[in-house]
Amino acid sequence: MNSSRGVQLGLKIGLEVHCQITSLKSKLFCGCSADYRRDPPNTHLCPVCLGLPGSLPVLNEQAVAASTMVALALGCEIQNLNYPYRKNYYYPDMPKNFQISQYDQAGAVPFAVKGKVSIRSANKDVAITRIQMEEDPGKLYYLGTIDSSPYTLVDYNRAGIGLLEIVTEPTLESPQEARLFLQKLRSILEHLGVSDGGLEGAMRCDANVSIAGGRRVEVKNISSFKEVERALGFEISRQRSLLAKGIRVPMETRHWDDIRRVTVSLRTKEEEHDYRYFPEADLVPISMSKEYILAVKAMMPELPDARRDRLMKQYNLPEYNASVLTRDKGLADFFEKSVQIYNRPKEVSNWVMTDLQRWLREEDVEIGESKVTSDMLVEMLSLIDNGTISGKIAKSVLREMVKTGKKPREIIHEQSLLRIDSVAQIETVVEEVFRDSPQAVEDALTDEKTVNFLVGQVMRHTERKADPEMTNRLVRRKLAQLCQKT
Amino acid sequence: MGSTEEQNCITLKQVEHVAGLARIELSEEEKQLLTIQLNTILDYFRILDEADTEKVQPLLSVLGLRNVWRRDETRPSLTVEEVLSNAPRKERDYIRAPRIM
Amino acid sequence: MTHFPEFSARETVKKVKSGQLSATESLETSLKRIREADNKIHAFLTVMESKARIQAEDIDHRARRGELLGRLAGVTVAVKDNMSTRGVPTTCSSRMLEGYVPQYDATVVERLRKEDAIIVGKTNMDEFAMGTTTESSHFGPTKNPWNLDYVSGGSSGGSAAAVAAGEVGVALGSDTGGSVRCPASFCSVVGLKPTYGLVSRYGLIAYANSLDQIGPIARDIGDCALLLDAVAGHDPLDSTSSPDPVRNHLESLEEPVDGLRVGVPEEFFGEGVDPRVSREVSKAIMRLEDEGVTTSKISLPSLRYSLAAYYVLAMSEASSNLARYDGLRYGFSHPQPKDDWESYYSRNRRAGFGAEVRRRIILGTYALSAGYYDRYYLKALQIRSLLRNDFEKAFKTCDVLVGPTMPVIPLKLGERIDDPLALYMCDILTVPANLVGCPAISVPCSMVNHLPVGVQVFAPFFREDLLLRIGRVVAQPLEGGLAV
Repeated sequence: MNSSRGVQLGLKIGLEVHCQITSLKSKLFCGCSADYRRDPPNTHLCPVCLGLPGSLPVLNEQAVAASTMVALALGCEIQNLNYPYRKNYYYPDMPKNFQISQYDQAGAVPFAVKGKVSIRSANKDVAITRIQMEEDPGKLYYLGTIDSSPYTLVDYNRAGIGLLEIVTEPTLESPQEARLFLQKLRSILEHLGVSDGGLEGAMRCDANVSIAGGRRVEVKNISSFKEVERALGFEISRQRSLLAKGIRVPMETRHWDDIRRVTVSLRTKEEEHDYRYFPEADLVPISMSKEYILAVKAMMPELPDARRDRLMKQYNLPEYNASVLTRDKGLADFFEKSVQIYNRPKEVSNWVMTDLQRWLREEDVEIGESKVTSDMLVEMLSLIDNGTISGKIAKSVLREMVKTGKKPREIIHEQSLLRIDSVAQIETVVEEVFRDSPQAVEDALTDEKTVNFLVGQVMRHTERKADPEMTNRLVRRKLAQLCQKT
Repeated sequence: MGSTEEQNCITLKQVEHVAGLARIELSEEEKQLLTIQLNTILDYFRILDEADTEKVQPLLSVLGLRNVWRRDETRPSLTVEEVLSNAPRKERDYIRAPRIM
Repeated sequence: MTHFPEFSARETVKKVKSGQLSATESLETSLKRIREADNKIHAFLTVMESKARIQAEDIDHRARRGELLGRLAGVTVAVKDNMSTRGVPTTCSSRMLEGYVPQYDATVVERLRKEDAIIVGKTNMDEFAMGTTTESSHFGPTKNPWNLDYVSGGSSGGSAAAVAAGEVGVALGSDTGGSVRCPASFCSVVGLKPTYGLVSRYGLIAYANSLDQIGPIARDIGDCALLLDAVAGHDPLDSTSSPDPVRNHLESLEEPVDGLRVGVPEEFFGEGVDPRVSREVSKAIMRLEDEGVTTSKISLPSLRYSLAAYYVLAMSEASSNLARYDGLRYGFSHPQPKDDWESYYSRNRRAGFGAEVRRRIILGTYALSAGYYDRYYLKALQIRSLLRNDFEKAFKTCDVLVGPTMPVIPLKLGERIDDPLALYMCDILTVPANLVGCPAISVPCSMVNHLPVGVQVFAPFFREDLLLRIGRVVAQPLEGGLAV
């Protein structure tokens, strides 16, 4: 769905994105290691993050630094004095049955307010309402789906991990816009070194969706970008069909089930949203001085938009190329590293943006997870350069590199992909093809299309390894020879 | 619902609602008794309305401390046995909770 | 009345350090006294006999080797059962935590061990520290050692009674609205609530976290100072703990008090205070005047809103602090559990919490709920501000404020048990110190009908030294008359 259609429907989407501050070594309020993903359940806990009676939180200073960088990158107003607040609600993944978070009403002040994220490709600035720090809850596991599971298993390892909550104004007008926003946000966070969006569960979001004539529905548990468009698409359809039947969309919270690809109603009671926010008295207010903010600003890495502009200037890249590359930090890093070794920016960027991205998507891996390195890409490009393989062959070599992590030379050797450019070798094949297709040969003497057919046959017989130009020449030469004979 | 007296009353329905928010099951007798007791106490709390607090800043943090932070360093965690030692129901190394829906 | 310790905790330390007394002997005295008295007063929930013996043996071993011993060497200590003790049940006198064995020590407990105190056991309290008489304990009340038909006060009733009865040298209690000072007053011992932030709350099971403080309870001022100094001081695990260095309170104890200015708040002697109590405390103030202090009448106008403000804040905070008790990770779990999580929680909490706790949680939830926050919680925080202004004004012209600790003489067991509000009213004189955050002490004053009456002193932030100096002079320790 595009934005104009969205506008027609009176579609309003607001996102609440929860980004783990994955650059932190320890949790937000205690010294438990934040590197929990590969470890067995309930092994990253202490009295504080387990919420044992009597335990108390102490704020991680790097979380404040990270929040400051993000607020600056998003052009937000950082509040002079901001307060930790308790958000009270019961749920099995909550060790204390309240979450230490922040708030923006009734005297509460969150970390930063009023920023924006520019999405050039959608020609839109997405307004950011606020940014605040908060802690992650644990994880729940079900037997089957959430509504059919007879009981629940809880792993609290994730409880207490530092999160940044970034909330947009409800001004997104399509699922696509939502995805573009998230992509841009992720790129910004990765360029800052604050959050690695590729890690499982590192970026999650809740969406608020409403269509004109219906109430606002909260959709929770959207765990990846791929899911965002799907979840929103489903929810919009669901709401539209209700309205079409003359039923008013009720205000509620729904859970996105990414296996069945539906949203499921969780709670319909209005009072479930009574979080009874009040100040967290176990923590003290956060006072942000100009000096501190300036010090953080001085250390800030290059942001995606600035990098895009620099890539355009430095490497003489078209805006389109530079934009696509900087959309994904891993890709942009890969590009720059490759150009360091092999100074042909336009060529490298084309390979990276098109074929490499394509094969990565096919394998469903991110550049950072894949085994392909800049050195390997450059090796491949050099092999095209010196004629060892053709450009066409290189595409499959690259695919194989992404799949297996093997070096280009190894792949070429294994699959005997060397370009055939010896006249003798090609001529042999040409003769074979001519023998097999006498009628075509005759037709080719007068019909140009059949000449191409014969060239194609030679290419096929050599598994596309034959040098196309040379093949073309040799086929025509042979035809000419035959012509002379007759 | 005009007089201040009635404004202070907590009704049985409200008691039920709040007990639900607090996840505390109550019997019918308990609800009735609690409604009476809470009304008495809330009636006493009306004295708060008499205080002139116009423009008075709320006071939560008596020491006025700011920016109490710790370094981003790791410390040893509890073992899984320690974590689960007081849990009434567990399965493998997970805490076992009732169903969500 | 045998086996009553003949000497103070300070004396014990001297004797243990000089080899005149062994830690084991000190412990045995305590254990003998507990065996003798505790089945009558029920101060203890857990007596850590074997652990204490190991501690005592270790101290003696190191003493024999001539090693340096801690500030509390050989002193027997009781710890209120809302402070986390590793490997030892910590129940908050609640069914909800019956059988809960923590996996870590509270900071104060660590400090006690470090200073070579012998932790003898965990004491009885009002359930989750909510109460003024220790009658809401799930395990039965603690009786007043002066008269077994009367309450020991609360919520640190067990700690105060244990000290009064001579079962231990000193004890730790916690004070949110008077819970150290009230039982100290009712049991005729010294109880001090430090400045908020002086003593670490890490490991103190929270009731109302903007008000809670751990405080020492002892039979005399010097022992109170000794214990305070041993546990006070910055803790990196408690964000609200004061970063400033701690005064040496023992040192300044003997300084004379003449020239000090004592303020007497008129609201502390008004209606609502038993005239017999007023009379005894007035006599105590005259004793101070004999020592050379000047007294003046002052007013704390915001006092009339304080009790309501206190309860709104305490109940609101408690409703959140006690939310974690759902029976999933620890704590009471109903033997016939419901199989959906919401009913599971509701059933556990209903059965695990006593009536007073349930009442406060529900009222606190109400006060914080949508539409009521401004009227109750926010308003209470504003009144807190007003009260602080009153105190700051008073402390401009006075060094300390003096009045009664309790508006009543000790209650008979069961006297106000069916009238929650009447019980809450007992806190009117103690809650101001918690709201403001300033330190306050209760010392024995005299008796009315053979029941103890305490006098209370308030001082500015971090001036516990003034409390101890004035306390030393105004205290009238009772000689004999214990019922155990």
